[in-house]
Amino acid sequence: MKRNVPLAITFIVGAVLIFSVFIPPMENWGEDFTLFFDIIAVFAFFLGGGNLLRVHLTKLSRRKQDWPYSIVTIMGFLLMLAAGLFRIGNPGDINASLTEQGSLFQTIYDSVFVPLGSTMYALLAFFVASASYRAFRAKNREATILLVAAFIILLGRTPLGTIVTGWVPESFSILQIPNLAIWIMNSPNLAGQRAIMIGIGLGVVSMSLRLILGIERTYLGGDDK
Amino acid sequence: MSTRAKEILVIIMIVVFSLVFYFRKIAGGKEIIFSNLVAWVLIALLVLSLGLILILTIKGSLIGRRVVFIYVGIVLALPLFMPFTQKITISPEVRSLYEAVEKLPPGSKVLVSFDYDPPSAPELQPMGESFIRLCFQRDFKVIIMGLWPQGPQQANIAIDKILEDPEMQARNLRYGEDYVNLGYQAGNEFVIQRMGSSFKSMFPSDYRGIPYDSMPLVRNIRNFSNIDFSFNLSAGFPGSVEWVQIAVDRYGVELGLGNTAVQAPQMYTYLNSGQVVGLLGGMNGGAEFELLCDYKGKATKFMLSQSFSHMVIIAFIIIGNVAYFLGGRKSALKDK
Repeated sequence: MKRNVPLAITFIVGAVLIFSVFIPPMENWGEDFTLFFDIIAVFAFFLGGGNLLRVHLTKLSRRKQDWPYSIVTIMGFLLMLAAGLFRIGNPGDINASLTEQGSLFQTIYDSVFVPLGSTMYALLAFFVASASYRAFRAKNREATILLVAAFIILLGRTPLGTIVTGWVPESFSILQIPNLAIWIMNSPNLAGQRAIMIGIGLGVVSMSLRLILGIERTYLGGDDK
Repeated sequence: MSTRAKEILVIIMIVVFSLVFYFRKIAGGKEIIFSNLVAWVLIALLVLSLGLILILTIKGSLIGRRVVFIYVGIVLALPLFMPFTQKITISPEVRSLYEAVEKLPPGSKVLVSFDYDPPSAPELQPMGESFIRLCFQRDFKVIIMGLWPQGPQQANIAIDKILEDPEMQARNLRYGEDYVNLGYQAGNEFVIQRMGSSFKSMFPSDYRGIPYDSMPLVRNIRNFSNIDFSFNLSAGFPGSVEWVQIAVDRYGVELGLGNTAVQAPQMYTYLNSGQVVGLLGGMNGGAEFELLCDYKGKATKFMLSQSFSHMVIIAFIIIGNVAYFLGGRKSALKDK
């Protein structure tokens, strides 16, 4: 029973969603079924919040490594939750929009979340540079091809690329680095991306069929028997 | 000096510089721009120091990652004070997006989905600003939504900035009539799918809580068939891939994309097949679009920093490979 019910639900939902694409009278069924996604998403919000609190409170109570960061996480979570749910610090009443100028929720978003998010992203520039210096080596043929392609793309997007090959005559313009960069993006990159996408597509179809037909049961957890 | 002391020193320097520039900015101080001579001297010093690092590497003295970090920090910051502007060449994918928007008649309804959060804002926010600005200039009606919770808030930031411009203020744009922000809806790609039959079922009210039917702009918009053009700003999932697979392939929406530089290569497949009309890839794409729109935004401003950082990365890749080959050769000699 514990296994057959989830298997039956998976089969029915999967079959309806597939048929709704190919059989016009069943089109609305597919859309109605997607409503369940919203309902499940609501539970996921609760579960996610609860899980975050549980993990960090446990870390805090057991004084695990880096536990002070858990205090920041919990405080941040509770503060945003209070500002959002109970409209604390909102100029209007409980029905007023959260994103009104001057509301605590919007102020925290603008003054804390946006700068912190941008800072995290900005760190990428430093890590990319450091990683390129330490790991981007022409160790073998494949790595050399990758290195040369990356080099051309990088150069092609800077004024240096135009300066270095600006002297190449127009009849050989493909050899100019910016044009080479465009060619790499439009040809080898495109071919590789398409191959990956087709592979993923076939993989998704086969895995979905395995799930719908009950062949793949690992999502149920535990052992299969 | 210990490593810890050096780190503290660097942090203090950064904080002091940041505070000086911040207080100068809020005090209404003039923007600091170096003279041509100072700028060229600084560039020459940078090139010479990189050459010195190359020589040291050849001699067998390798630099640490902190040196790389400092160089990246310098080349990202210095161009902001330089008097040069980078020559920007328009790529075909950006031009095709611009031309697709240009073809739309005034009054067209344009759907813009902000599917990103603040970490991706440095790349995508300038695209959002220049695109919506162009829509307002062409008298289009703009409908904003988000598949990411923070997307609609990023849209608000963009709208607020656009409306600060006296040219836009003169247009007397009204919320609910010229533009609306429908807000965020959970459900990822299923939101797009259900918008195919009813926008209202997904957004019964806007982000402020105003009922869908009470806003003149969207009152008569039932589904994608009432939308003339869509533009998606995406930093991942759910985003451009889902918009192409559902909105374009199933409902025939005309779609343009704005993506982070990391995501853009994947979108060339859709561009080449004609599923999307145009693509803005990374800050470069944003700067090209700003040039077409005759608007100097953040993407144009930061392009020089990006180019300088690319050049420094190229230099460090060369230095790293020199170190690798010389090290390899030496070890090979030792083996012999």
